[in-house]
Order: sequence, then C-alpha cells, then structure tokens
Amino acid sequence: MSNSEWPLWEIFIRSKAGLDHKHVGSLHASDATMAIEMARDVYTRRQEGVSIWAVESVHIHASNPDDAESFYDPMNDKVYRHPTFYDLPDQLKHM
Amino acid sequence: MHSDLKQYCLQLADNSLIHGHRLSEWCGHGPILEVDMALSNIALDNIGAARSIYAFLAEQEGEGKTEDYYPYTRDVREFLNVLLVELPNGDFADTMAKCLFFDAYQFYFYTALKQCNDSTLAAIAEKSLKEVTYHLRFSSEWVIRLGDGTEESKENMQRAISNFWEYTGELFQPSAIETSLQKTLQLPDLNLIRDQWMEKISEVLQEATLSFPLSSEKGWFQQGGKTGIHSEHLGFILADLQFMQRAYPNSEW
Repeated sequence: MSNSEWPLWEIFIRSKAGLDHKHVGSLHASDATMAIEMARDVYTRRQEGVSIWAVESVHIHASNPDDAESFYDPMNDKVYRHPTFYDLPDQLKHM
Repeated sequence: MHSDLKQYCLQLADNSLIHGHRLSEWCGHGPILEVDMALSNIALDNIGAARSIYAFLAEQEGEGKTEDYYPYTRDVREFLNVLLVELPNGDFADTMAKCLFFDAYQFYFYTALKQCNDSTLAAIAEKSLKEVTYHLRFSSEWVIRLGDGTEESKENMQRAISNFWEYTGELFQPSAIETSLQKTLQLPDLNLIRDQWMEKISEVLQEATLSFPLSSEKGWFQQGGKTGIHSEHLGFILADLQFMQRAYPNSEW
C-alpha cells in the first residue's frame, strides 16, 4: 500500500495545559483515529505534548501568496495601530 | 535473594527483552514511516521494562553484577521467556497477531501483578501497565483494521492468528516457580488471566470479522520456554544480541 492512497493530516500539539495547540507537522493516515495514534508515536515521543488535534489537510484553507502585496503591505506604514504609544504603569508586567 | 523470586523476575524480564528485540528488527522496515516509529517505540518500552527488572536483580544479587550481565552473558537454556515472543516476526500481520496475543496477556497480567505483595514487582507492574495499555490498543486496532479490511488483508490476518495460536497456551501454563510463589506473594492467578485474555481476544476477533483458528478446538499448545527449552530461533537472537560481549568481553564505548 503506498502512502499516496491515504489522506494527509495536519497535526497540532498542546505542550501543556493552558497553552494553545501548535502546528507541528503532518502525516498520512487512513482516518482520524489512526492519525491521532500515529501523531502520538511520531510527535510526542519526547514528551512534547499532552493533547493532540488532527485535521485533514484538505479542510485547511490558506491565503494565496500572490495576494501578499494587497493583503499585508498596506500595514507597513500604520505604526499607530500598535499600542506602544500608551504609557503603562510599571506594575503591569505582561502586556 | 530467594532463588525462586530471581527466576520469576528473569521470566518477566526475558519476555519483555526478547519481545522488544524482535520488534526492534522492524526498525527501518515498517510498512510506513509512522508505523515504523510506533514499533520502535514499543520495542523500546519493552526493553526498558526488561532493563528495570535486570537492574533490580543485579542490585539484589550484588557480586559486581550489572543489568548487562543477564541479557549478555546467559546462554539459551538460561533464558526463561515464553516461546511466543522468540518466534520470527513474519510479515506485518504476523507481528500484529503476535503482539495482540502478548499485549493482551501483559495487560491483564500487570493489572493483577499491581496487587502482589512484593513492592518492587508491584511498582514495575504499575509503570509497565501504562505502556502496555497503549501497546494493546495499537495491536488490537491493527488486527481489526486488517481483519475487517480488504479480502487480501483479511486472509493474511486470519493466517497470522492461526500461525501463533498454538504458542498462546504457554502464557497461562504456570511453571513450578510460578506455582510455588503464587500464594505467598499473591501473584497473578494465570487461570483468571486466561479467562480475561480469552474474552478480550474474542472481542477483537469478532470486531475484526475473524474467526478462532480450527486448532483452538484441540486445545493443544507448545510449551518449554518457561523452563529454558526453546525453539531454534532464540539462539539466533542471542547470537545477534550477544556478539559484541562475546567477542570483546566487558568492552565499553
């Protein structure tokens, strides 16, 4: 059986409780159960995580790189959108 | 250390070591990368479990022994593992059948061993059980997938179940040592384990749309491993495993 017959899955791992799931890579599996079990063996063998999400890659929709100019360049000169101009009290540590 | 308890520990450790060694032979040969890694992980779990028992034995016995003494310097007849784990891997279906039989045994065995009177054995059982729970899930999942898969995979899986069946009885046939220690240490009752094992295997086979092999009706099983009488395969494993220590005793790197 060749890999190409099995759909591709994107794997997300939460490294510890309270943190977000982060994309770690992808793998081939015949269904969601197998994808999660394989992700356990491939991506958590060095204690990388406590939770796994598997999403079939076809369900991920991405922006088109060709749109980059119109999508992102207009933000280049709008520094006033950053909140860095506010004076924050010293007691605030995590802004 | 009581010599019966030592033999009992060796039996546990040798089972894990030889099963782990066989699974490690899949490294680089798995049907797909992810399964290759899974098999290597499971191999390492087993070898790790064996190591902790060998280390415990070495500590008890003293005389400058280390955990390496047991796997590297004993000859075939001193190994006490069951025949099932020393059998060649065959194809992937064969390995999954062998794993299912052994994992299910270990699952119920360790569950019961947690309750025994010896605190070290109970601790080893507790740690191993977590790993074995996953091993059993992995092997039963694959037996179900292949059995309830294509016509070809079903045929292979059914053949694999039949291939290993006659080696399963030994798991539940108590050796003299097991019988002598069972009462005093409250060790697992193998009759009980067999019933639980049989129930689990029937469940998996049924879900996999597979049937019990015809030979299961005869109720005849191979045995010998627990008393050191092995198949021809164990010698080849040891030749591979022990070559370095035999050729260059006490070498370090």
